[in-house]
Amino acid sequence: MNYFLTEEQQMIKELAAKIADEKIRPIAHEYDEKEEFPAEIVKVLGQADLYRVFIPEEYEGLGGGVFEMCLVVEELSRACGGIALAYAASGLGIIPIILFGTEEQKKKYLPKLASGEIIAAFALTEPDAGSDAGAIKTTAKPEGDSYIINGTKQWISNGGDASIYTVITLTDPSRGARGSSAILVDKGTPGFEFGKKEEKMGIRGNSTRELIFQDCKVPKTNLLAKEGMGFMVAMKTFDQSRPGVASQAIGIAQGALDEAVRYSTERHQFGKPISSFQAIQFMLADMATQIEAARALTLQVARSIDAGEKNVAKISSMTKVFASDVAMKVTTDAVQILGGYGYMREYPVEKMMRDAKITQIYEGTNQIQREVIGMNLIKETLRKKK
Amino acid sequence: MNIVVCIKQVPDTTDVKINPETNTLIREGVESIINPFDAYAIEEGVRLKEKYGGTVNVLSMGPPQVDASLREAISLGADEAYLLTDRTFAGADTLATAYTLAAGIRKIGDVDIILMGRQAIDGDTGQVGPEVAENLDIPHVTDIRKIEQIDDQGSIYLERLLEEGYVRLKTKLPVVITVVKEINEPRLPSLKGKMLAKKKEINTWSAKDVEVNEKRLGLTGSPTQVVKIFTPPKPAGGKVFDGDIKDSVGKLLRELRASGILMGSEKGDE
Repeated sequence: MNYFLTEEQQMIKELAAKIADEKIRPIAHEYDEKEEFPAEIVKVLGQADLYRVFIPEEYEGLGGGVFEMCLVVEELSRACGGIALAYAASGLGIIPIILFGTEEQKKKYLPKLASGEIIAAFALTEPDAGSDAGAIKTTAKPEGDSYIINGTKQWISNGGDASIYTVITLTDPSRGARGSSAILVDKGTPGFEFGKKEEKMGIRGNSTRELIFQDCKVPKTNLLAKEGMGFMVAMKTFDQSRPGVASQAIGIAQGALDEAVRYSTERHQFGKPISSFQAIQFMLADMATQIEAARALTLQVARSIDAGEKNVAKISSMTKVFASDVAMKVTTDAVQILGGYGYMREYPVEKMMRDAKITQIYEGTNQIQREVIGMNLIKETLRKKK
Repeated sequence: MNIVVCIKQVPDTTDVKINPETNTLIREGVESIINPFDAYAIEEGVRLKEKYGGTVNVLSMGPPQVDASLREAISLGADEAYLLTDRTFAGADTLATAYTLAAGIRKIGDVDIILMGRQAIDGDTGQVGPEVAENLDIPHVTDIRKIEQIDDQGSIYLERLLEEGYVRLKTKLPVVITVVKEINEPRLPSLKGKMLAKKKEINTWSAKDVEVNEKRLGLTGSPTQVVKIFTPPKPAGGKVFDGDIKDSVGKLLRELRASGILMGSEKGDE
């Protein structure tokens, strides 16, 4: 379908596709098996200027937005949803700096993030605070010109490999969520260590680690926005990052569909390619239709966000919930079409099914997304009644 | 360091199909790309520039659509692009091509190093590099797998790939160097490079813009005559000698001798 990309957007998409096909696909299986972070690919993405696309021009970016980020994430995810996360999760860490960073913070971090010299990460989740983000326990106690951070963050993508972390803390625990603050913490700050590297079902080409803070002292100039606005920072960041997760899901699904179509034309049973059977054709047709619908929704929402539409939480959540459910369905069907081969690790689709699953879980479970959509529907209706 | 990289635009296939009726290349549906060996030459040129400073000029002779390949070279790090295009250049063999490219290089002027791929994947002759050097009356080295260093005296140290191993060479600038794929791994273009390439002005030269003798251009200047292009017929079935190994070898040798393929006596065959 024609998404009316500008010449520049077309260029971005084509270059990301080239890197996906030539550099990522050949090593995707290996990184999945080894569970290693793809430092060599981060270097390639940096040299290709892909981290620049959603960063403002004043900070050595190319001045695009969520739309451009989505184009890149989808293409990379087509080859490997795990390796693509080195890009997407850095985006999640970069967005709060773009949205809420001071001039000094932007100048300090964005040019290096734009070149891919360093990557970023975002830390909200804790062992006892997932969907109930208000239950976080990590504190940042104000002390003179500093904050003293204590606590543990869990399941942080790019954990250990990122150089800069946006950490959601409580600066005033007595006020709960209203006492939360977003603070930038550099890797290497004394008192900031990494815990165990998680062993995961999918997206194994990315490192997921615990962040452990023990009397970690950071200057107050590392605060994003204001004290007490930590949750607002997190929610506004997610509004912009969820279409990225949706694009990751769409990329994984597209990769699985491509494999399924190719296989169905090559695999012969009863003396014919299985693609000649209506049972298979109908599955492929549904897969393709769902993917296109998810892509259309996601890219249109991305355009709306970049155009400055207000209150985008609802539509942003819609992209993630719809695209990730599509990815789970499509990858499961791809495994079904490949049959016994699909179940084997030697073939790429079982990995896609494992990689797809996380997109229904992280950056807010799909249940939480539905709640966001539902709450917004009710709010909008009540507002109209007034 | 003033570097010229000569590139050729070729069809994106090593499996060239020929129309059996017209004996011409089937070009439909085949995209054009930079000759893969030349991509290594571009990369090496850019690396030399990064190490020693200077300018990378990319030069090609061909129809106007070669513009796309020259822009790609810009996106990969080349600084300037030159296209030699003119109806009188058409139909050139390697001699006329090298003559024309040499005229382009003279016009660029003060060149230290001329790089190109060892051969083009469509013609596979590997002649243009050495012929350009002869036209310019400078040395050439072929099949280079490594440029070790260039010293202040203008000496260049190289490694030339051989069938078994390699040989180290030293020569003087200016020089024509043809490269093999072992020399480097070409980088991918960057977005900034692609955007720059889109806007870049490609210098286009016709026969009038360069100093040439028109009789040495294109078809007129090409002593090579293509009599016929054809796909060789697949060899027919052959003959199988089976059964007892000693008997069958004996039969094979007798047959080879009878047909005149094998010389010598029959003694000791059995």
